Amino acid sequence: MSSSISLHFDVSGDDFTRAGEASTQVKKTLKKIGYDSDAIRRVAIAMYEGEINMVIHAGGGTADVEIYPDRVDIVLTDEGPGIEDVEKAMTAGFSTAPDNVRSLGFGAGMGLPNIEKYTDSMRIETEIGVGTKMFLSVNAGGSNS
Amino acid sequence: MDKVFHSVTLDSNKCVGCTNCIKRCPTEAIRVRDGKAQIISGRCIDCGQCIRICPHYAKRPVYDPLSVIDSYKYKIALPAPALYGQFNDLDDIDIILTGLLGLGFDHVAEVSAAAELISEATRIYMSKKGIKRPVISSACPAVLRLIAVRFPDLCEHVLPFVSPMEAAAMIAREKARQETGLSDDDIGIFFISPCPAKVTDVKSPIGKAKSSVTGVLAISEVFPKLASLMNKVGETEPLSQSGVIGVSWAGIGGESAALLNEQHLAADGIENVIQVLEGLEDEKFRGLDFIELSACSGGCVGGVLTVENPYVARARVQRLRKYLPFSCSHLPTHAIPEYMNWEHSLEFSPVMELSSDITKAMKMMSEIDRISGLLPGLDCGSCGAPSCRCLAEDIVKGGAQITDCVFILRERIHNISTTLASMGSNPLASVQEKMMRMPSPMQKSDRDE
Repeated sequence: MSSSISLHFDVSGDDFTRAGEASTQVKKTLKKIGYDSDAIRRVAIAMYEGEINMVIHAGGGTADVEIYPDRVDIVLTDEGPGIEDVEKAMTAGFSTAPDNVRSLGFGAGMGLPNIEKYTDSMRIETEIGVGTKMFLSVNAGGSNS
Repeated sequence: MDKVFHSVTLDSNKCVGCTNCIKRCPTEAIRVRDGKAQIISGRCIDCGQCIRICPHYAKRPVYDPLSVIDSYKYKIALPAPALYGQFNDLDDIDIILTGLLGLGFDHVAEVSAAAELISEATRIYMSKKGIKRPVISSACPAVLRLIAVRFPDLCEHVLPFVSPMEAAAMIAREKARQETGLSDDDIGIFFISPCPAKVTDVKSPIGKAKSSVTGVLAISEVFPKLASLMNKVGETEPLSQSGVIGVSWAGIGGESAALLNEQHLAADGIENVIQVLEGLEDEKFRGLDFIELSACSGGCVGGVLTVENPYVARARVQRLRKYLPFSCSHLPTHAIPEYMNWEHSLEFSPVMELSSDITKAMKMMSEIDRISGLLPGLDCGSCGAPSCRCLAEDIVKGGAQITDCVFILRERIHNISTTLASMGSNPLASVQEKMMRMPSPMQKSDRDE
């Protein structure tokens, strides 16, 4: 057995009331193992934003989390429409979220910028009409924010 | 063993070992072992939830008997504002305060008066730069203990001021010393409390080495004697020094309304409090300056030592405060007085963590995941732990066995009997006979089938 903990979550789409459950679960696990509290906060926020994105734009997806003693890797996979212009999507305030989502206080165009802010590395693979895969990594102890 | 004081004790004669308290404890601090509830001391935050929920009255709050005041030459009562909401058809606080003098107190110092000072000091504190925002109220001791065991990042957000009870006691003690010339040992200061967490707060305070309060009496014990004295009060003495602000601290929202700013949130009930703290930790709330939290529904009027329903009590307080001035107590120099400051800040205590060694903790977590997968996932509580996951954790930590699960036990016994049956008929008969004589959990699970 390797010295890591693997967690897998199905993030259901269009059900806002359940969005954020996966990141809450990861936070619980990290707290139990006494993880670096700054890293827990950054993982929780980045993953929450990613989860919300999948619910808003892609009709859900999956989240795979790998916890190492010094690092947390998160892979968010969806089969949504893909991101047309990643660079533009990374701009603070840019959003393609529909009005009904905005009225709930989401879709302010801070999702991806926040994910970048709170993680130590972030990589996006996306293809129009196929889906998006996001690779996130947060280091314990070595903060970037 | 842990020697931390707690305000809850178990009457083991009354405890039947049911699952009500283990399921409702917000820090998973209770287990049923050998048929009786046990509190894991380090995890208990004194919220009183188990006292409220126990249908057998086996969880008893700890407080001082009224007779304790007789051991002091000069006795001061510190009534909590929640006391004011306990009486029907009351429109003058002075009737309660005069009644308290009739109970044998020499002086009454309202906690609501000190609350007004804390409110004023908080307004000054909130105008400072460089403080961690939003600021979290430090008034509810159960919430403080909850933050200390579960929310390390939020410890710095807590308002570093003593509670209104403590401030009232300090002011009253100083005044009594000067006016009577008595020594500290002769001055007894007693808080009339809606809540057992205040007993813990006095015995082992947060933010201070020693409390100025001598003892804590329960509203529920004082109430009947006080009510009958109040009926006999003729002339009231003009004792009250509280306005709308101070009296409103009795219910949730009172403390934050006193800040005279819109950017606040007030949450009550331990489950709501936990959700708000989780959200704060994840920076989900924007534009908030102050967070008021109360472990009890309705605020302090919802404490387990009160006699009246919290919402009825709150409505009465609203009526009582109707013609009161806005505020009656003010800081003399409009600066935060030294005595209000905490001597040391809130410290995180990692009692919920599996191990201080992260590699070891991760191994334990993997093992917990594995064992959780073996358990039925019904969270029935028959093993004595609040959930299957919690039992898995107890097993890994060494406090329980997998056969504590009645379903696993039944399966094992079934397997044994099948094995024996294949060896001949006589051994099976003897095993079946034994099964008939198994204690209650076994019978219960069979009945469920």
